[in-house]
Amino acid sequence: MSTLGISALKVLAALGLMLGNGVVMIYMLRKVLGHLHIRLGPIHVGWKGTLQTVMDVLKLLTKEDVTPRAVDRWLFRLAPAVVFVPSLMAYAALPFSDTWRITNLDSGLLYTFTALSLIPIGILMAGWASANKWSLLGGMRAAAQQIAYEVPLLLSVLPIVMLVGSANLGTIVEAQQGTFLAVLPRWFIVNPLFWPTFLIFVVASLVESNQTPFDMSEAESEIVAGFATEYSAMKFGLLFLSEFSNQFIVSALGVTLFFGGWTLPWLPASVVSALGPVIFLIKTYLGIFVMMWIRGTFPRVRIDQVMQLGWQRLIPISLVWIVFSGIVIKVWS
Amino acid sequence: MSSTVDGIVFLALAFATIGGAVMMLATRNVVHAAFWLLEVMLATAGLYMLLSAEFLALVQVLVYAGSVAVLILFTIMLTLRRREDAIRDFEPGWGAGILAVLFGGALLFAVERFSAQMRPGVMPEVVPDVAAFGEKLFTSWAVPFEIASLVLLVALVGAVWWSGGDGQ
Repeated sequence: MSTLGISALKVLAALGLMLGNGVVMIYMLRKVLGHLHIRLGPIHVGWKGTLQTVMDVLKLLTKEDVTPRAVDRWLFRLAPAVVFVPSLMAYAALPFSDTWRITNLDSGLLYTFTALSLIPIGILMAGWASANKWSLLGGMRAAAQQIAYEVPLLLSVLPIVMLVGSANLGTIVEAQQGTFLAVLPRWFIVNPLFWPTFLIFVVASLVESNQTPFDMSEAESEIVAGFATEYSAMKFGLLFLSEFSNQFIVSALGVTLFFGGWTLPWLPASVVSALGPVIFLIKTYLGIFVMMWIRGTFPRVRIDQVMQLGWQRLIPISLVWIVFSGIVIKVWS
Repeated sequence: MSSTVDGIVFLALAFATIGGAVMMLATRNVVHAAFWLLEVMLATAGLYMLLSAEFLALVQVLVYAGSVAVLILFTIMLTLRRREDAIRDFEPGWGAGILAVLFGGALLFAVERFSAQMRPGVMPEVVPDVAAFGEKLFTSWAVPFEIASLVLLVALVGAVWWSGGDGQ
């Protein structure tokens, strides 16, 4: 088959993963949040309510697509696509196993961050095109907080790149193989040098993927549904799908950078190489579970508090930490 | 990839770049103009990608599309007092016209005069990877690199001082 055909198939595979992941994650979110609130979540459709999200997708597809009169038509139609495409792009560099990946990019880490950095544009577009004050407020909040946290997110992972000597996500995973004293895995999360890195990464990636303690762009208690207020039917579906997909991406990125990606040190190498993608997905979904747990536990912060934390705390801390870990890595090696 | 595919991609990207720039100037809505500018930046990144300049393309998207364009949009939306203010009349003015003609003339003259001396660059057989680029940047180009970062730092400090801060 030609290279072009293979590339097209790979894009389709990423799209399939993204859609399937959306259906699974909506069900998971409802169940996890339900049990955190001491209730059951969906139980009626299918076994334990598993078919509920499938029904919801069908409902979204058949609903009326309302376009309010005052909207900026072109931008209003374009915005869901502009939110969706970068989210799909971001799958390209993720290493699902040593052989299962869409591309093998030398600057895969930078690529993933680049894709993530395009998301606020679509949100801003949706917010402005809707011709609604709440929407615009939501869009502006999204843009402001994502610009503020892009910097610490990028800076925070630099110590890992310095230690590994590569920004290729596959190489970063390979550097985490093996164990300390045959028990502790050689994951970067075990290394005390990367604990502050991990904390900054968690906060910044929660902000970047619009997760609940920081989801001021759609805070339903203050601005209706933010940038998504005027959207209905599948346009709304696309906006939401991208949101879940971004959550998957940051979780997968966290697993790759800190939890050894597809590797599992306690199993023999042949088993690991066969089960790589499964291990990777399980770890990623564990990460998503933790994010949902945070969502069900913490109250939403105020927008000015988020901005202050980003600009005045996280950026200086991550800068200082880069210098410190640079010195430590130099002295060590 | 074959040269036909490359050619098609190049034509599409070139059209997107120039067409986007024309649309940016032609539209009367400042927000639309900002989005067209963003489109031009993305298409330019695509052209870099076509030249196998992977790192440059990524940085172009990350810095220009992901941050500068968002900042421009943010500023426009923050300073528009009413939604209707986004649409501006077409008011060319003589000064701008003369400037455009002068610039066009200078460009045309330069192309006429020097195009004979300029040869199209030849792509190397093996495209150097990002690691090689980094090594070059931090060894033979270390001083210009540091000077550039110093200039940016001065600009940053200047901006903070200019905007006043808390104590002033």
